[in-house]
Amino acid sequence: MSSNGPLTGEFFMNGDIACAEGGISAGCRFFAGYPITPATEVAERMAERLPEIGGTFIQMEDEIASMAAILGGSWGGAKSMTSTSGPGFSLMMENLGLGAMLETPCVLVNVQRAGPSTGLPTAPQQGDMMQARWGSHGLYPMIALAPCSPQEIFDLTIKAFNLSEKYRTPVLVMADESVGHMSEKVVIPPPEEIELVSRKKPTAPPGEYIPYKPDDDLVPPMGLTGEGYYFHVTGLTHDERGYPDMSADAQERLIRRLINKIELNKNDIIEVEEDQIEGADVVVCSYGISARVALLAIKSAREEGIKVGMLRLVTVWPFPDQRIREVATKIKAFVVPELNNGQIALEVERCAGGAAETVLVGHMGGAVHDPQVILEAIRKAAK
Amino acid sequence: MGQDKVKSVRGQVHIMPERCKGCGFCIQFCPNQVLAESDETNQKGYHFPYVAKPDECIACNLCEAICPDFVISVTADKDKEAASV
Amino acid sequence: MNQKKNEISALSLLREERMPHIWCPGCGLGTVLNAFLNALIKSELPLEKMAVVSGIGCTGRTAGYVKLDSFHTTHGRAIPFATGLKLANPELNVVVVSGDGDLASIGGNHLIHAARRNMDITIICVNNFNYGMTGGQVAPTTPLTARTSTSPYGCSEPPFSLPSLVAAAGGAYVARWTAMHVRQMTKAFVEAMLKPGFSFVEVISPCPTQYGRKNQQATGLAQMNYYRDNSVIKHGADPQDVSIEFNGTITVGKFVDIERPTFSDLREEIVGAKFNPESKA
Repeated sequence: MSSNGPLTGEFFMNGDIACAEGGISAGCRFFAGYPITPATEVAERMAERLPEIGGTFIQMEDEIASMAAILGGSWGGAKSMTSTSGPGFSLMMENLGLGAMLETPCVLVNVQRAGPSTGLPTAPQQGDMMQARWGSHGLYPMIALAPCSPQEIFDLTIKAFNLSEKYRTPVLVMADESVGHMSEKVVIPPPEEIELVSRKKPTAPPGEYIPYKPDDDLVPPMGLTGEGYYFHVTGLTHDERGYPDMSADAQERLIRRLINKIELNKNDIIEVEEDQIEGADVVVCSYGISARVALLAIKSAREEGIKVGMLRLVTVWPFPDQRIREVATKIKAFVVPELNNGQIALEVERCAGGAAETVLVGHMGGAVHDPQVILEAIRKAAK
Repeated sequence: MGQDKVKSVRGQVHIMPERCKGCGFCIQFCPNQVLAESDETNQKGYHFPYVAKPDECIACNLCEAICPDFVISVTADKDKEAASV
Repeated sequence: MNQKKNEISALSLLREERMPHIWCPGCGLGTVLNAFLNALIKSELPLEKMAVVSGIGCTGRTAGYVKLDSFHTTHGRAIPFATGLKLANPELNVVVVSGDGDLASIGGNHLIHAARRNMDITIICVNNFNYGMTGGQVAPTTPLTARTSTSPYGCSEPPFSLPSLVAAAGGAYVARWTAMHVRQMTKAFVEAMLKPGFSFVEVISPCPTQYGRKNQQATGLAQMNYYRDNSVIKHGADPQDVSIEFNGTITVGKFVDIERPTFSDLREEIVGAKFNPESKA
């Protein structure tokens, strides 16, 4: 396979490959990563494809270096990406925080596997979902997307790049082993049909540019290294000039803006897929592979006459608080199948606020749910 | 041998006393011991240097280069720059 | 005096609005910064293409004082950040300025891999034999028997010799000076920045407040005098032979200056040539 650019056409590819191609179609031209099952194929694909299209691939010495390198790559002007799984995700946390603090666009793909620790490298789990939101220390927001198919991982990797550029933040693609290693049809549109977003450039000339002075959307334009802006950026709490400011006041101002940058732009970021919520007694709220497995349970439940809707989280973070609250007032229960012992279910329960019951259909991972178990939970919740 | 045509460079040392943190590097490492510690102190309480032997300064710029606090600058004395040799 | 060429002064490259800097009286970092700014001018490299990356620690604060595109990153991770920066934009001239703890302890893995790759970046490693910012803890460069806050009875671990480590890993340019050697240090910075490949300049520098006080050299001047009285210049010395014992001889000079293909050279040769000629590989 050889090509001078993004692919176009219909392909039969696995999720990892589709993810890499999504990055390429999104304009990613710098990838720094480290091998880890079940994400390795993303790196391997990038190693093959990036040299063909004038991009740069480097296998770094570890995941910590990989995350640092993609931040540097982004500041060097390239759309940058890395991929990993649980153990590497944990290692990347400190620099993910740096990315949030420096407001660096980049994409981090976590093809989740069963944990904790070495766990089950070749088996799925959705155990890093809370870590995706809170994994780095301190206070910062996060955007995380959850694909449920190779086609969707392709699409959402593009969306991840667009959101990361628009909001100057790292964005996570929280896939899992089953999606990463599943092969399906992936339709890749021609480049001219794919909408791409790039970071805002400063309108002020060098000398007048203030690195962290935000526009009305709370996003500061990002000066490019090497163009004479002479900016300084630091992981220390800083003022609008980018200089360290060790005061509680500066902390309040900066962190409030960072959080609001995502929070107040939620409506633009959040994406959910809904089906037959209207009139439902029970709503299955899920994401990723579990949402897909639940489709069979939902179908069966409807055949039994149960009024069950589906609310699939495409963006898991920021969490769609408002929508859950609204729906909770109209239904008996949410059924939340996820491949963990209750992570997003906690969010659903929090937002439902007692207006509807929240029923977790947990699973420790290692395999996907048996749809029958989800069906049982739907039946019980509908009573 | 043209000795009368050789002119030596002289320099003027400019000190900003308020920046000084009294490390003593400039005084210690000047090749001609041009600088000495002042009895006065600046606002922060440091004894800054003063030019004790102005005629000995050869504008080597070592004090300017070694100062950690950017206190010192040296200008070569134009009148005495080497004429064509 | 080439006053026409040097129209830019070192001071003009300093972020004046951030002065005074945070470094202690007698700390050598101001001197290293001074030398670095002079080296930038002497190198005649385009200033807008310079990028300075630092890690965490007293030396790491250097990035915040230079009026260039600069990045104060996470502890130990300046080198991989710099790698990403350079690979994304090869026109940039990337200099990492960081301390011994940051670069050789937590950052050690990144140091040796970047040297192995002969990544085209310059490293200025200021070695004050301890972790100064956090109160003077032991570092992998602390000489045997020296006292620090986490080796209160004397350091009982042999230190790294940084030139040895970097040379063994493949660094193309390896030099060591002390903060007292202002002219040689400045010249080494220029050479390092101009040389393609992985250039590493170690600068032994006083830390009076922490290392100095705990080891009977409580002023910067005392340490600078120790450097003056105990440094031996040996250009071309074997990097394996330049370890520093406690209060011992400090061998300084340019130890390694070799020609090796850089990361990008090899990449172009082995990978890039397979694809279109414009590939940056």
